[in-house]
Amino acid sequence: MKTKRGAISKDLPKLRSAQIQLLERLCNAISVSGGEGEVREIILEQVKPYADEIKIDALGNVLVTRKGIVRRGDTRRLRVMLAAHMDEVGFMIVNDEGEGIFRFGVVGGIDSRQLPGHAVKVGTDHIPAVIGAKPVHLVEDSDLKHVFPIDDLRIDAGPGNGKGGKIKVGDWATFAIPFKRIGPSLRAKALDDRVGVASLIELVKHAPANIDLLAAFTVQEEVGLRGAGVAAYAFDPDMAIVLDCTPANDLPDWHGEENIHYNTHLGAGPAIYIADHATLSDPRLVRFFIETAEVQGIPYQLRQPGGGSTDAGAIHRQRTGIPSISISVPTRYPHTAASIARFSDWQNTFSLVYTSLSQLTFDVLVGER
Amino acid sequence: MKELMPFLKEMVSIAGLSGYETPIRQLVEETWRPLTDELHVSRLGSLHGLQKGEAPKGSGSCHSIAFATHMDAIGLMVTGVVEGFLRVTEVGGLDPRVLLGQPVVVHGRENLLGVVVQPPANLLPNMGPDTTVSVEHLLVDTGLLPNQVSRLVHTGDLVSYAQEPLELGDDYLAGHTLDNRVSIAALTYCLELLRKNRHAWDVWAVATVQEEETMAGALTSTYDLRPKIAVAVDVTFAKGPGVSDYRAFSLGKGITLGWGPNIHPTLHKMVKELADKLEIPCHLDPLPHRSGTDAYGMQIVAEGVPTVVIGIPLRYMHTPVEMVAIKDIQRAGRLMAEFAMQLEPEFVVELTEK
Repeated sequence: MKTKRGAISKDLPKLRSAQIQLLERLCNAISVSGGEGEVREIILEQVKPYADEIKIDALGNVLVTRKGIVRRGDTRRLRVMLAAHMDEVGFMIVNDEGEGIFRFGVVGGIDSRQLPGHAVKVGTDHIPAVIGAKPVHLVEDSDLKHVFPIDDLRIDAGPGNGKGGKIKVGDWATFAIPFKRIGPSLRAKALDDRVGVASLIELVKHAPANIDLLAAFTVQEEVGLRGAGVAAYAFDPDMAIVLDCTPANDLPDWHGEENIHYNTHLGAGPAIYIADHATLSDPRLVRFFIETAEVQGIPYQLRQPGGGSTDAGAIHRQRTGIPSISISVPTRYPHTAASIARFSDWQNTFSLVYTSLSQLTFDVLVGER
Repeated sequence: MKELMPFLKEMVSIAGLSGYETPIRQLVEETWRPLTDELHVSRLGSLHGLQKGEAPKGSGSCHSIAFATHMDAIGLMVTGVVEGFLRVTEVGGLDPRVLLGQPVVVHGRENLLGVVVQPPANLLPNMGPDTTVSVEHLLVDTGLLPNQVSRLVHTGDLVSYAQEPLELGDDYLAGHTLDNRVSIAALTYCLELLRKNRHAWDVWAVATVQEEETMAGALTSTYDLRPKIAVAVDVTFAKGPGVSDYRAFSLGKGITLGWGPNIHPTLHKMVKELADKLEIPCHLDPLPHRSGTDAYGMQIVAEGVPTVVIGIPLRYMHTPVEMVAIKDIQRAGRLMAEFAMQLEPEFVVELTEK
């Protein structure tokens, strides 16, 4: 099928300071897998005026329907599911050892080397606390080479905050570094996947009329893609697009060799998935997104096929099968205290997804896969 | 009286890595000006503030006691720029394992926010599993484009921790560089108390430079001022996760007095007795080798100086999330002031001749 050059650009919503402020709120919220309430509240507040229907399902997914307009001759519109996960990796308080010191468990994939020396915030009141480390003066030289065993680390809220049950076993916690704009980049915890959530909120607000937009803000992506599957079952869409973040490992090689395992590059535009550990993207959708990007002059990159997974891994195997693709904003250092993404990549990702949706018809799925 | 919590938060938010203490010195200078009769900056950048004693009638001058609190901070220094990323080395003693994901400020042509990162394993030399990398393998990412970084950052630029201080309830503060800004807070509190009370000795408040690297401040300021007694005030280890042995003390449950070769036994005993009299909880901190404070340098200046070490317990020393109890800072400040006030005009003769 053909895409129309320039037909969309004048209507294309731009991401401006209001959208960045919303992303900031989303990133600074605590929304660890299983405890996504804080981000869910922000989403509901944002999409309510625009939604035709909003459901919160049994797992806590937010399912928002925004209907398009049926054109003469069509019996129905293309039902397109868009998914972005609300949850982030983090911690759960698992034992109160007294005097403000708590043992914690890790939720989702966090490298334990990323923990010592960090500020965290705990529970719905965002109680400040730290994950300390043994002073270097008391560490044997031979131990400096070894990772701090996670069993030796604690969340320490100080003897004052330890009192009065402000922090309870079962509370969720995250890194505390606040969102900042640094030059052309955004630095925050949980850009994975608040960038996707922020994009999806904008898409609900500016839904193209040619499709039924089925927005799934999913839970528990970081603990095994658990929310997206049931969301896809409920929506029963014709196709699905997952909006996520993918690592940009575009750092210099120690030996000065070319870095050939970069996954994606910051600043090179949205990352289109061909294959990851959990999904083989629908090739018709891959071709459609590439063609749209090229015709519209939107920069894009192909994510290096390999490991990793997105909600598409659960969605594409639901019911009788759902043609799926993931489009990610490249992000350095996901699952750490401070990830970095480029604002231009977010804007270009949004432009590509919006433009593609505006041009989607049943034709895209007509040919053989 | 200056509120200690906001003062400390202000102090740790100001840069002052070893050898480059000017920003923090300016703040301390401003704070000490109304509390001192004279204020000098040494040739290496230490700050000397004098509160004059009341000399006995007939004699023109007083003996002096110096309280040394180092104002320098640990951090990083840029060693090179690679593809828009910074390579760094340590300033002061750092455990590279606490650096991953740390927010920092790069003091380039402009102050730039950044984060310390460890590249993926395939971009590093082959290291075994469960091992960590050294500082030279880490990078600082400022989020800027390579051409912006080359223009704004150069080898030798400093990198400070940027973790914002966290108030943990009313009496506890966590953050970087509390080692040793807490002792400057204690000394400031001491100067406020002394301003309202009579003391026979001159009191020198000294904010020393380069303690974390060479002790150059302690050595040269002591030579310059020639105090008859020198007191180093610094942080000591607080008990907490991973630290429970004899070297550590309960947080918020009192201060410490060092004991060992760097400390004059008679002075130690005097200060201990004074603390007991004042009911200031004060624990013995055995320092069998070097004290790891300015006292180590001050003791051997010129013909030698009798020294005391006062310690303020601190959790997670040299990490960006050190933790201290405000109460312990006040205790240290009060003990310092009371000690200065009880010094008799001729006490020093007793001290050196016995």
